[in-house]
Amino acid sequence: MSKTLSIDGQEIPFEDGQTIMQAAAANVYIPHLCHHPEFTPHGSCKLCTVKVNGRNCSACTFPAAEGQEVLNNTTDINADRKKITQMLFVEGNHFCPSCEKTGNCQLQAVAYHLNMLDNHFPLFYPQRELDASHPDVLIDHNRCIFCTLCVRASQEQDGKDVFALSGRGITKHLIVNAPSGKLKDSALVADDRAAHICPTGAILIKRTGYTIPIGQRLYDHHDISDVSLATAETQHDQ
Amino acid sequence: MYEHLETAENAAQLKRVVIDPVSRVEGHGKVTLLLDENNKVQQARLHIVEFRGFERFIQGRPYWELPVLVQRLCGICPVSHHLAAAKAIDQLVGVDPENLPVSADKLRRLLHFGQVMQSHALHFFHLSSPDLLFGFESEQNKRSIIAVLAAFPDIGVQGVKLRKYGQEVIRMVSGKRIHGSGAIAGGINKALTPAERDYLLQDIEQMIAWAQGAVALIQKVHCSNLPYYDEFAGLRSNYLSLTKPNGALELYHGGIRVKNAEGGTLLDNIDYCQYNQYIHEEVRSWTYMKFPYLLSLGKEAGWYRVGPLARVNICDYIDTPLAEAARVEFKAHSQEALVHSTLAFHWARLIEVLHCAESIERLLHDPAILGGELVTKGEKRYEGIGVIEAPRGTLFHHYQVDENDIVTKANLIVSTTSNNMAMNESVRQVAAEYLSGQELTEPLLNNIEVAIRAYDPCLSCATHAVGKMPLQLELINAQGDVVAKLLKHDTGEFERIHG
Repeated sequence: MSKTLSIDGQEIPFEDGQTIMQAAAANVYIPHLCHHPEFTPHGSCKLCTVKVNGRNCSACTFPAAEGQEVLNNTTDINADRKKITQMLFVEGNHFCPSCEKTGNCQLQAVAYHLNMLDNHFPLFYPQRELDASHPDVLIDHNRCIFCTLCVRASQEQDGKDVFALSGRGITKHLIVNAPSGKLKDSALVADDRAAHICPTGAILIKRTGYTIPIGQRLYDHHDISDVSLATAETQHDQ
Repeated sequence: MYEHLETAENAAQLKRVVIDPVSRVEGHGKVTLLLDENNKVQQARLHIVEFRGFERFIQGRPYWELPVLVQRLCGICPVSHHLAAAKAIDQLVGVDPENLPVSADKLRRLLHFGQVMQSHALHFFHLSSPDLLFGFESEQNKRSIIAVLAAFPDIGVQGVKLRKYGQEVIRMVSGKRIHGSGAIAGGINKALTPAERDYLLQDIEQMIAWAQGAVALIQKVHCSNLPYYDEFAGLRSNYLSLTKPNGALELYHGGIRVKNAEGGTLLDNIDYCQYNQYIHEEVRSWTYMKFPYLLSLGKEAGWYRVGPLARVNICDYIDTPLAEAARVEFKAHSQEALVHSTLAFHWARLIEVLHCAESIERLLHDPAILGGELVTKGEKRYEGIGVIEAPRGTLFHHYQVDENDIVTKANLIVSTTSNNMAMNESVRQVAAEYLSGQELTEPLLNNIEVAIRAYDPCLSCATHAVGKMPLQLELINAQGDVVAKLLKHDTGEFERIHG
């Protein structure tokens, strides 16, 4: 008989070695941005924070255990998640109306899911650069949320080491492994997994924006919770 | 002409009357009148007080964002900016207009006809019809679409539904009524489905009939109020628009034609990519809107009018039968000469609504809008220019990009900007002829707004420039005294003046 834990009162089976997020996978949607089932958990975005036996834990890193009482979809936890999402928006420059990722953006979709109707916090308007030096791939640092999915994809799947985070706190930023710091001098190619994994509009394939008509984009007609549950193995990949 | 009323010599001694904001136009503007002790108008100006800066902040962005980014200039005619930018970035991917796939060309035209139709309907029925149906000096609370719906329910409802239909055309092609995303570099991102086509077809005959009714209505209003309607705010001017190579009315793509006030052709079928050899812009310190002029005629005499009046005036014919019949009657009104009446903008505008409705019907029966090749590409270029006839007139988008596809330079000449001098001249004419010497009242001041409104100005669109504009910053203390003043001249130089 398999082991089970409880999420919001629902019995969820799991296998030894799984995290709470892995156990929930196709059964219960736990909001997340830095988690992807193909890559080592990072636990940085904190959107997947749940209460395990009364304590706050990141579902993507916390091991599932027999008999755990997990609270996920509660008013208080979702209010905290909304605040976290608002902080992600104000720390960068996210102009959804003109962003080519709109409709396909996980950050935007999570914000809709959490009923985020304003920024709440004052906008930081940070000065960030756009690196368009690569012939096929572009980084708009304005939209980076430091989820490290590109870092992990480059290391774990592409066998390269193109990206890393540098600095701490508010000075944290994504850097490119090249003498010039520019993408054109890195080992990245357009077919790399790292070039396609960004949950926001920070890393983009050039000259492909707006080719998917409105109405056919990933989240045009489906909440991110439905998309996430339906694509538990690939997580939103198109 | 009334240029002498642009700047009064003894402004400090004159009484100041301000209309702020100018209502029932898109964007924010104000009119200032300076009157002497006998209430004679000594100075009249239309100031555009918005500041946008699009030309600057799109620099540094990738070019494929442009059609979606710059359409945010406006909520009424975003499709015009979307398509002008798309035409410009077509060139960046090596696609000239004649090489655009047939389906993409027709779908963009369909989108544009929907846009012009809804914008014109909005302007005439929602914004201007209260003036025209109730009188320029009617009670203030009557001057709204709500009062039109109460007094003339058929006209009001038809106006609302004509606009709605145009918006539905936009939604079917670009995914949203406002700020969609249809056109992309070298084409368009979707064709219509048969269901979408059929949805639009079911009401098009009704729209054509209502558009015909609207033309008849404005013709009756205009001709019942002669010679007042011909003379009010009227001015003899040059006219500029795109036309087809054969001289037909054209809204999406054509060559530049300019006629002078006597109807003489100054330019014809000029490639719009050469526009800066023919048109320059001047800045003045008291408004954020520039003053374009024809280089060959100079700053003083080179100003011109654009928009429906220009287009219907200077085209040789319209290629849809009902609109052409309406154009023939329009030109018969002036014995085939150019129509200079500013209020005839409304008449020309509704002829274009009819043309749009007929053109939409024609395109809906064309199988090319249901599929086929939608996108093509050529060799990369570093400069792109897109020009289109927006509802309010000829719209120029000009971009340069670097080797990384990033925008390095942008110049936009927005339709309303071209009418800047004419609007100011009309304001001065109305102020001098109808207001001067009278005790000013709110209904009387509405005459000034009626003159501005005839141009259907989009003031938010028109104030996009940054870098060359003269600016004035004043530090005022609690007593209202100017403590210090910082001036930025149009040369870019700063000057500090201590109070």
